[in-house]
Amino acid sequence: MSDTHAHVITSDANSAGPLQFHLTHEHHPENGTLLGFWMYLMSDCLIFACLFAVYGVLGRNYAGGPSGAEVFELPLVAVNTSMLLLSSITYGFGILEMQRNRLRPMLIWLAITGLFGAAFLSLEMYEFLHLIHEGNGPQRSAFLSSFFTLVGTHGLHVTFGIVWLITLMVQTGKLGLTPENKRRLMCLSMFWHFLDVVWIGVFTFVYLMGVLK
Amino acid sequence: MSTHTDLIPQDGHADDHGHHGHDTGASHSTFKGYMTGFVLSVILTAIPFWIIMSGGLHTSGMTALVILAFAAVQIVVHMIYFLHMNSKSEGGWTLLALIFTIVLVVITLSGSIWVMYHLDHNMMPSMMEQQMKNMP
Repeated sequence: MSDTHAHVITSDANSAGPLQFHLTHEHHPENGTLLGFWMYLMSDCLIFACLFAVYGVLGRNYAGGPSGAEVFELPLVAVNTSMLLLSSITYGFGILEMQRNRLRPMLIWLAITGLFGAAFLSLEMYEFLHLIHEGNGPQRSAFLSSFFTLVGTHGLHVTFGIVWLITLMVQTGKLGLTPENKRRLMCLSMFWHFLDVVWIGVFTFVYLMGVLK
Repeated sequence: MSTHTDLIPQDGHADDHGHHGHDTGASHSTFKGYMTGFVLSVILTAIPFWIIMSGGLHTSGMTALVILAFAAVQIVVHMIYFLHMNSKSEGGWTLLALIFTIVLVVITLSGSIWVMYHLDHNMMPSMMEQQMKNMP
């Protein structure tokens, strides 16, 4: 319905020749999958907003336990941040190879991305286990509960991102760079970069501001 | 729904569609774009870490504001250079969804912190005693 309407206006705007009810060149519809996936990311963003709000409210309720300044190790967080940032740029290089239709270099970049992601996760696991080992687990105080929930949810997202990454590597290895696989790789690209955006919020709001004061 | 995109006269862009595969959608990534985003991100990450690790600024309130500002700028950098956000992709719908989400996020965050902060203050033991005295 809206299409007919639009076509009339298009040919009006061109104002060349008689009124036409069809497009003179082939119509390329925009890819709805990417928009849909963006909608999912925005809803995911709201989940993180809620968890950030919880941390913002409970982040100073130590219940006699340790404060952020006592338990956070900023050098570790800095290394963690750089791992995620490096994985973002290597995924970008993978996308560039995908656009040139070069399968093998793309797979290598994706593998490097996965390794950086795994390094990030191992460092986070080390941090969590270290905290729990010292008796500062999620049950210690409201501050630690909200901290583990927020950072843990982000870590869970990264875990599933890596699972997705390995799946796509197998899939592109078997089927090649088909349009479907390229679309999937673009979706994962958005997911991966989105996780990096959330991490900016985490290291600023949780770690840096937690150490402050 | 798609009327908006169709309204734009598409003459002269026919040649673009040849190599810009419509199968991949947003395919405007360039090496330069990714590198610009990466270098900016490294700088915008390093400065707040350096500020905090070297003891912060004069007041903690000001330090918090400065590092939050750095985070906001870095998020914009990521959106533009890594997520290829612009007003044209998908006919502007991605940007509209993003703006709507930002509004919700700001309301959720500032609202929760604001309300709960005042709740905490008004439930302080000293406050409660005063209120008890004032009661008939």
